[in-house]
Amino acid sequence: MKKFTKAIIFFLAVVAPLLIVTVALRKPAPDHAQLEKLRAQYPARHQSGVDHSKMEILQQDFKNPHQITEACLSCHTERGMELLHSSHFTWEREAFIPGRGVTYLGKKNLLNNYCTGVQSNEGSCMKCHAGYGWNDKAFDFTNQLNIDCVVCHDNTGTYAKATGGGGYPVMGEGGPDYKKILGSMGLPKSENCGNCHFLGGGGNNVKHGDLEMALLKAGRNVDVHMGVDGAHMNCVDCHSAENHQMKGRYYGVSSTNDQRMSCEECHTAFPHQKSILNEHSIKVACQTCHIPVYAKVNPTKMYWDWSTATRKKDGKGFEEKDAEGNVTYASIKGDFIWQKNVEPEYTWFNGTADHLLLTDKIDTTQAFVKINTLNGAYRDRNSKIIPMKVHRGKQPYDSKNLTIIQTKLWDKEKGKGALWLDLEWERAIVEGMKYVDMPYSGQHGFVATEMYMPVNHMVSVSSEALSCKECHTREEGRLATLTDFYMPGRDRNEWLDLGGKLVLLGSLFGIVVHAAIRIMASRRRKLAQQHKA
Amino acid sequence: MKKHKKVYVYQGFERFWHWNQALLIFILALTGFEIHSSYTFLGFETAVDIHNKAAWGFIILIIFAIFWHFTTGEWKQYIPTTKNLKAQAEFYLLGIFKNAPHPTEKTLISKLNPLQRLVYLGLKILMIPVMVISGLLFMFYRYPHGNEIEIINIDNLEIIALIHTAGAFAVIAFVLVHLYLITTGHTITSNLKAMISGWEDLEETEDENEVADKKENDHETK
Repeated sequence: MKKFTKAIIFFLAVVAPLLIVTVALRKPAPDHAQLEKLRAQYPARHQSGVDHSKMEILQQDFKNPHQITEACLSCHTERGMELLHSSHFTWEREAFIPGRGVTYLGKKNLLNNYCTGVQSNEGSCMKCHAGYGWNDKAFDFTNQLNIDCVVCHDNTGTYAKATGGGGYPVMGEGGPDYKKILGSMGLPKSENCGNCHFLGGGGNNVKHGDLEMALLKAGRNVDVHMGVDGAHMNCVDCHSAENHQMKGRYYGVSSTNDQRMSCEECHTAFPHQKSILNEHSIKVACQTCHIPVYAKVNPTKMYWDWSTATRKKDGKGFEEKDAEGNVTYASIKGDFIWQKNVEPEYTWFNGTADHLLLTDKIDTTQAFVKINTLNGAYRDRNSKIIPMKVHRGKQPYDSKNLTIIQTKLWDKEKGKGALWLDLEWERAIVEGMKYVDMPYSGQHGFVATEMYMPVNHMVSVSSEALSCKECHTREEGRLATLTDFYMPGRDRNEWLDLGGKLVLLGSLFGIVVHAAIRIMASRRRKLAQQHKA
Repeated sequence: MKKHKKVYVYQGFERFWHWNQALLIFILALTGFEIHSSYTFLGFETAVDIHNKAAWGFIILIIFAIFWHFTTGEWKQYIPTTKNLKAQAEFYLLGIFKNAPHPTEKTLISKLNPLQRLVYLGLKILMIPVMVISGLLFMFYRYPHGNEIEIINIDNLEIIALIHTAGAFAVIAFVLVHLYLITTGHTITSNLKAMISGWEDLEETEDENEVADKKENDHETK
């Protein structure tokens, strides 16, 4: 009996704590079963059921691009109708926005703080429109023959639209080799998407920061999905489409929480081994931790100041470049600031957004006028923290009417008021505002604006994901600006901490004083005893 | 002068519980204040990991301790009393400096003086429950309307976090004073030795109950 008791005590005192410590410090081996499945799934290349080079109708000599569309639609009879309802063609979406009602907004009519907007500049901007001939308001959005099928489905990588051609390709001599191109037609490649989406804002990586030409050749260290030494995925592997409705939203132009692309579709909502990380996913988007920096290869534009545009040297416009060859000043555009390996800014986002319209009055007392607003808050059940690129700048506004100005930037020829050709603000503003039917008071200024663009690409390898301390830290953490909730490690009540410290110091002080008196009293007693003796 | 006799005051489980509790409080405080960003030592992730596991260890220990207290009747040790309360306070403030005798006799059925009774009872029914409950809420609270793993919805973590922090300061203050008061036994180390070995020199009394108790105890430990 005694031995048994001793054995139990020994177990409780020695073995049990050892067991607990061992179990506690054990690190589970990472389970990559899910990832293995995904890896097996995605490298499989799409095998087309049709060889377009065997289609006689595609081997004819086309007189104009509209005839190509006609040939496509002769087999793909319903695809034209789909395209007429696709935002790649309409450049607008029907959306309900609280406070505005049903709106028809999109790249067609919205503002931004890069080139400020497409209106009055269609001839140039529509190089990226999936159509032919959008030069002005007269463009017919109901004519299926105005659709450009080739720009997205060319698999040779040789089709190119003309500069300033309103969406038409180069015509006649030097035009595309249609026999070869049409024979290759198939699912869009990343190059097709990239020709517009990588070059937005007027050059490689200018606009998004996380979408650029380097993605076509970079490794997993830049983008874990598209990396050529990894799964080497295409844009459309994730941005799948049904009836030409692509999944994925860009909230510089979108407003509603639907048709979004999400990591969870492949990776599930709780993909981590550690439950404490999975719990984060309730309020933190995957991208927040897994995209620690963007613009990893080439710099992106972070700041664009239009107010300095139109300066001349020797009566002519000019450009200045920095040591890396980035244009830092251009007479036609103003001053730029470029950045590489940028840490995103963060915000709560529930998938809905609002936009500043040309007709909206702006509040110039704000530090920055918001070109778009991403809705969300800690207490909003649909909101998660997301990373975003914030593009700031100064752009022209009507200082009397307090509206943002649509400027005419481009024209085919000089003398029509286009800023980029004539380098004169007043006329460019008058022409731009006339085009959009907005009043112009005759007085313009430049107002600071900012635009919010969620960052979703350039996902890093898991070992580079953010560590706890990047956010759970007292000062200058990544989430320092999101103050509508309590985060352990970042937040505290300074009075409580001060009070706590005082209690501890007070206790120590009391102990020291008490002990000192005890020691002194005991010495005195000993001395007194010695005296007696 | 009264006779002294070696008595087995603290049983095996009692000491196991006491020292494990001490160790766990030390670990919890060390990692807890790292999570609070008071310093960097183990790293945030490791600190959270250890803090959570130590918390579960603590809860398991508490369950065993509660069982032990009730099955052995030891819980009666903590019934508060005002008898000798003033004398005990005076002893710590004055008598101790004059080498005055402890006003409360330590016996097997009454190991704790009235001040200890009050403080330990407060620790057991107030401080530890507050820390455990706020700690569990910390672990299991979910942001408003979290999806599948929704367990408890709490709009704001702040109040929980502040209570947990305040409690932590209080527990550490208790430990500091407790460590010092160990030295106020018959000799500087007698309390510490007793809590390690279980045996302590206690003054003999003629209390019959205690004699009976002691016999029983002797029988068990021989």
